[in-house]
Amino acid sequence: MKKGHLLGLGVIAVAIIIIISMIGDASTYESFSTAKKMMLSGDEKPIHVVGELKKADNGNVEGIEVNPNKTSFYFMMVDNDGTEQKVFYNEPVPPDFARAEQVVVIGSYKTEDLFVADKILMKCPSKYQENDLAQAGM
Amino acid sequence: MINTLIGNIGHFAVILAFVTSLITAYAYYQYTVVPELEKPNWRRFSRIAFYIHSIASFAIAFALFEIIYNHRFEYFYAYSHSSMALPVHYMISSFWEGQEGSFILWIFWNVVLGLVLIQTNKKWEGPVMVVFSLVQAFLVSMILGVVIGDLKIGSSPFILLRDAVNAPIFQLNPDFIPEDGTGLNPLLQNIWMVIHPPTLFLGYASTLIPFAFLIGGLATRKYTEWVRPALPWAQFSAMILGMGIIMGAYWAYVTLNFGGYWNWDPVENAVYVPWLILVAGIHTMITFKKSSTALKSSIVLIIASFILVLYATFLVRSGVLGDSSVHSFTDLGLSGQLLIYMLFFLAVAIFLAAKHWKHIPTSEKEADVYSREFWIFIGATTLALMAFQVILPTSIPVWNSIVESFGGISNIAPPVDQVGFYTKFQLWFAVVVALLTAVGQYFWWNKMDAKTLREALVLPYIISVLVSAFIIIAGKVFDITYIIVVLASVFTIVANATILTRLIKKSTFKLAGGSLAHIGLGLILIGTMFSSGYSEVISQNMSGLVYSNSWEDELNKEHVLLWINKPTQIKEYTAIYRGRQKKVSGVPELVPVKYLQETDRVNEAIAKADIVVRGKTYFQKGDVVPIVLEENDYFRIDYYKEDEFQFSLNPMSQFNTAMGLISSPDSRRFVNRDLYTFVSAINDFEDPEWRDDEVYEVAPGDTFFIADFVTNFEGGEVLTEVEGVPLFDGDVAVKAKLTVQDYDVEKRLEPIFIIRGQQVGRIPVVDTELGVKVELTNIVPEENKFVFTVNRYQKDYVVLKAIIKPQINILWAGTIIMLIGFCVAIYRRYDEFKKMRDKGLEY
Repeated sequence: MKKGHLLGLGVIAVAIIIIISMIGDASTYESFSTAKKMMLSGDEKPIHVVGELKKADNGNVEGIEVNPNKTSFYFMMVDNDGTEQKVFYNEPVPPDFARAEQVVVIGSYKTEDLFVADKILMKCPSKYQENDLAQAGM
Repeated sequence: MINTLIGNIGHFAVILAFVTSLITAYAYYQYTVVPELEKPNWRRFSRIAFYIHSIASFAIAFALFEIIYNHRFEYFYAYSHSSMALPVHYMISSFWEGQEGSFILWIFWNVVLGLVLIQTNKKWEGPVMVVFSLVQAFLVSMILGVVIGDLKIGSSPFILLRDAVNAPIFQLNPDFIPEDGTGLNPLLQNIWMVIHPPTLFLGYASTLIPFAFLIGGLATRKYTEWVRPALPWAQFSAMILGMGIIMGAYWAYVTLNFGGYWNWDPVENAVYVPWLILVAGIHTMITFKKSSTALKSSIVLIIASFILVLYATFLVRSGVLGDSSVHSFTDLGLSGQLLIYMLFFLAVAIFLAAKHWKHIPTSEKEADVYSREFWIFIGATTLALMAFQVILPTSIPVWNSIVESFGGISNIAPPVDQVGFYTKFQLWFAVVVALLTAVGQYFWWNKMDAKTLREALVLPYIISVLVSAFIIIAGKVFDITYIIVVLASVFTIVANATILTRLIKKSTFKLAGGSLAHIGLGLILIGTMFSSGYSEVISQNMSGLVYSNSWEDELNKEHVLLWINKPTQIKEYTAIYRGRQKKVSGVPELVPVKYLQETDRVNEAIAKADIVVRGKTYFQKGDVVPIVLEENDYFRIDYYKEDEFQFSLNPMSQFNTAMGLISSPDSRRFVNRDLYTFVSAINDFEDPEWRDDEVYEVAPGDTFFIADFVTNFEGGEVLTEVEGVPLFDGDVAVKAKLTVQDYDVEKRLEPIFIIRGQQVGRIPVVDTELGVKVELTNIVPEENKFVFTVNRYQKDYVVLKAIIKPQINILWAGTIIMLIGFCVAIYRRYDEFKKMRDKGLEY
């Protein structure tokens, strides 16, 4: 066998390892109910859940409890299937958190009742809104 | 009045630039194919077309800047990216904050590079400029803003606000012009953001040059000649792109608060990948120049680097990344256009390469293990694999969109721990690359066989083992992975330094580019290993106080709460938060907010007291004080060690109406480490929710407690005048003198009580730092008692995160040395070209 072939095989082998590891490490998007099932079946891999913050009838966000040392907090989230879930985040409340239109929590269930987020991504309302324009102008 | 003239000029320039780019492409194509006799005419015509295109492109840039500079908020671009309060250098940042502006920047650089090429390399002018003009046509089409039926081509930066936004105000008054814009994203209000984008876009633009030479070479069947002119430009491009990446990393380190310089964010990856491929391509091109091998790999790599730049553009601008990136642009609906742009050049490149593939010379001879070609090739392969490992997971959102566009469902998400995931592979690849650069350099400059190689490497090997041992012990590197990183990096530094000294002794500095760049690589590796691998969060809760008895107390709290004036232990330091400050223009230090009275005007305040810094008075009480970006608050935190003051840090935070709290770190730089701190939460004292009244009746000289603060009531004083309230005959005004003790700070609070006839007026004092409001409610002369009503809110505080980053300076030094290495290499190749030109071999 020529060296070139050996080298080619080596490259292919490394590429396959890269692909397999990516598939192994890639996370998935789940709902709270499928995430809970995963936890109960012993799968502790962190997953992504997309949803919104729980809002009261008047549109205000409810259920945010900041711990006294202000470095962590709990909040209520509703996923896209409508499941409500209490979530803990071990970081200070991100600025603008209550205004987020959509939140993605990345983490896993700690107990059956509590989801612990390792990371939170937020989608905030667009910077240019019609009512903003009126304010800026007046 | 709405000024539509400048917008029309801009829009006309865009259309002119688009049309002339197509004409230039056609004309240069004709110039390339027509017989020799007709060439001069076509060349003159092509050049004129390109010059008009250049002027039009400069006019586009000028028109947009004019709109921003003169605050023409009737234009959507100025309204949404700029504001009255912005200083001029940030207006430059506003220019490229939006997608349209950054396309203009790219167009601008391409024009500059095109003009340089026309002047310097006349032999390749025709085919190279065809590629250039086609790229320009695509880029200009992105800002064309033409709507044909349902088809929208490009997004124009010259659109009026009333056409962009459907606000009711325009029905009442179509000529309405907002008084102020919404401002520049505060994260971009940083000096690095003024120079980072132009650098990066010059890097992007310059990857086109080697690609254009290659396409020209294939089309005109000059299969080997293209490498000579392409190489220095490829080096130039890699140098600028590398510099752009480093500036971006440095910007992230000094303004963003994710705690580092590199986060493996898709946007960062999207630039890193083409850079790796370009570097691999440079190495194979150099090999080809020396020994006529590796031409095909060079062709593939140069095509890949250009296409990957377009792919990066697509990722960042099409909106496909969505939530997975912190800093992608907003979606302008250009994804289709961007995709066509990328696929067009991919198709052209593949078509030409495939068509000519069998004519491209290869060397049939199998590369020997002791040849430099072999090792360089392994190195280029490793770089390509490195790029592959990064681009694959970065493209997960693209994969999801592809599956979804065919009606499938794909729920794959990017890896949760990005940094850990990428580091796992990149670290080992980097070790391999470092070892290859060390060994490879010996092959490069000497003929080698097994024996001479062993002899040559023994000495550097021994030295590097000794140096590594020292670093490992001194730096307490006890992790086996990191020990290997240290060994590999030190080995490449020592081996390349040996070569470097030999080169300088024997010949000239001109040849030293490679060794310098490789030494830089070794330093970057060591610096990254220490600053990231051994970074330590020191802001942990060390008070011993437990807030809630649950499992979460076992979690590492990585932030610490600092109440104002209260000493708090952070590792070996005692930190004390001392309050908010503003930056005042003309004053060398930050000014505490308590000395400044807000006004209605932007960036202006009235001095409440004399502003004195180191004995010099800058402003007197009552003066108007100009503030630099009034939204920015600087939180002063003093650090003590064993009761001795060490230094202050002033991490910045801005409460932005559009984006919420924006936080920028402040770091203390030591030679061997940085203390990196940022504010992660602040007290909001606009509109406090005051708690219930607490009433105190005290006599002068008494001591009592206001919200835990020891308070001394010194007594009352009758006033003859009160600021802001004119006193008439018969009015009585009394102020109570209270001193409040908060740790080592003594504050005077002086509420005022006024009697006018039967009426009583009270002027309470609010101290936002202490979070108290004190009102002198009544005076009972019979008992000689004063009645105070106190409301409490909350003392001011910040939540802080502090991280130690060891040896980060080695990383920065490494990047600078690597860039110098690139510059030396470019100079060498340019010198070569000049000599050939002087001999008439090139022109």
